[in-house]
Amino acid sequence: MIFGAILAGGTGSRMNIADMPKQFLPLGDKPIILHTLEKFLLCDRMDRVYVGVHPDWVGHMQDLLERQVPQRERVTLVPGGGDRNSTIFNIVNQIEADWGESDDHLIITHDAVRPFVTLRILEENIEAARAFGACDTVVSAVDTIVVSENGETISQIPDRRLMYQGQTPQSFRISLLKKLYQSLDEEEKAILTDACKICVVRQTPVRLVEGDVSNLKITTVGDYKIAQAMVGGQVVD
Amino acid sequence: MINHIYQLASPGVFSIEYASTDLADKVILRPRFMALCHADQRYFLGQRSQDVLRKKLPMALIHECCGRVLQDPTGTFAPGARVVAIPNSPQSPDPIISENYRRDSRFLSSGYDGFMREYVDLPADRLVPCDGVPDHIAAITEFVSVTVQAARRFDRLAHARRNRVGIWGDGSMAFVLACTLRFLFPQIELHVVGKNARKLSMFSFVGATHFADDLPQGFSVDHAFECAGGEGSYYAIDDIIRTIEPQGAVILLGVSENKVAVNTRDVLEKGLTLAGSSRSGREDFVEAIRLMGDPAVQNRLNRIISIDDPVCQMEDIQRVFRTDLNTPFKTVFEWRM
Repeated sequence: MIFGAILAGGTGSRMNIADMPKQFLPLGDKPIILHTLEKFLLCDRMDRVYVGVHPDWVGHMQDLLERQVPQRERVTLVPGGGDRNSTIFNIVNQIEADWGESDDHLIITHDAVRPFVTLRILEENIEAARAFGACDTVVSAVDTIVVSENGETISQIPDRRLMYQGQTPQSFRISLLKKLYQSLDEEEKAILTDACKICVVRQTPVRLVEGDVSNLKITTVGDYKIAQAMVGGQVVD
Repeated sequence: MINHIYQLASPGVFSIEYASTDLADKVILRPRFMALCHADQRYFLGQRSQDVLRKKLPMALIHECCGRVLQDPTGTFAPGARVVAIPNSPQSPDPIISENYRRDSRFLSSGYDGFMREYVDLPADRLVPCDGVPDHIAAITEFVSVTVQAARRFDRLAHARRNRVGIWGDGSMAFVLACTLRFLFPQIELHVVGKNARKLSMFSFVGATHFADDLPQGFSVDHAFECAGGEGSYYAIDDIIRTIEPQGAVILLGVSENKVAVNTRDVLEKGLTLAGSSRSGREDFVEAIRLMGDPAVQNRLNRIISIDDPVCQMEDIQRVFRTDLNTPFKTVFEWRM
């Protein structure tokens, strides 16, 4: 089976423009997270969509589902964990409690605050996860990437042609992701910034899926204003 | 949900519009295969008047596509159903005037966004199931339905002597019209009049083909269709008026940017009926799907379809328009945006 996993565990501390987590802010005519969820629900290959929400906001999300999402029977809410990967594994545990373990289960993990994801990106993630076990959505780096180890001077300038910027979805065969994660010690787990790194630290290949510059992550006030302008809505702050 | 709409911003330049849309009461279609039409190409190349371009752009192009239903709150279609989309959108009912000729009808890709979108939302009656027709052929259903509309206009207007019918033109429209007439009126002897030997050689299933500048002595037809369009319209219509038998019906399908002079003296003398035929409506689509289910028709349509590589990114949109300039008939492509 194919499972969407929308990650909305954060509380939006980088935004500071509203009391509510950024994924619940309005974009056009509805909250950001509903745009993202609707895109997943419209992907007919997605059997179920799990949404990891910060425990304080599960009730709010439940209300939104009941009021605005006719296909809510395909949606399951899961309380988020302390960080990104623990939210993912809360969802994995819930999936396996609901549907059992299987080598055929795929999980398409995605940031709730990337509502501009396209059906093409979702479909290509499904294909790549099925064929290769793990994939990451990326776009070629447009700007030169500069490495600075002390924050004051340049340590190195890598070849831009080899540089990509990571987006989401990141998608996996669930059995592979679990096996790799369980093999990590606590120190290794502590340096993980995203789920693909679980594979990279264990030298497991992660296939690249071409993302889209429009698939932006709404993290700052500036991003939010850009997203509002993209859909022609009013800026609310 | 946010829909990505791929619009022609100005000739040769595409941009994306992000539209937040409500899914409540519409059927949601994921386009799968699309076909290009001369009308799209005229926008892409900037061959419409500046005034038209200013009024209509930015706009998503393409009005020929098939796809699968993603969701349908009306319950008309099951998720996954294969359908073709009708670009004509009537705004009010009219028992007399056909939907494709009403003044208030909207046409997607002419003033309203066409099908180059991530998904397309339409009322259920703007979709027709296309089971039994492969995707790449179903993509040109709108094009076939335009010839069905012309064939139905002919059937209504033409007198009963229908031994020989002429088609002027050797392009895609003439070819598909010949397929349609052959299927709907198999007893009629079809004569195709064109200019290009290679294109005329494709019409192997008609009674005869002729070069426009070398018509046989005494050549005549009972009725005629004009599918030349553009600069060729004048010569085609003039030939038709000269060679058609009295009281024949002339169905005009070719689009011309400029006004065309017509030999009205002979139109009057012969008592001819000149009728325009443009676009199509739901009935034409349903009939088109019926005839496209016929293996012989599919076989013939296959001959004029060039399948380009899939469109996965913005650059690919440019590519299919350029490819189409170098293909003699219809360009079809898979839509993966």
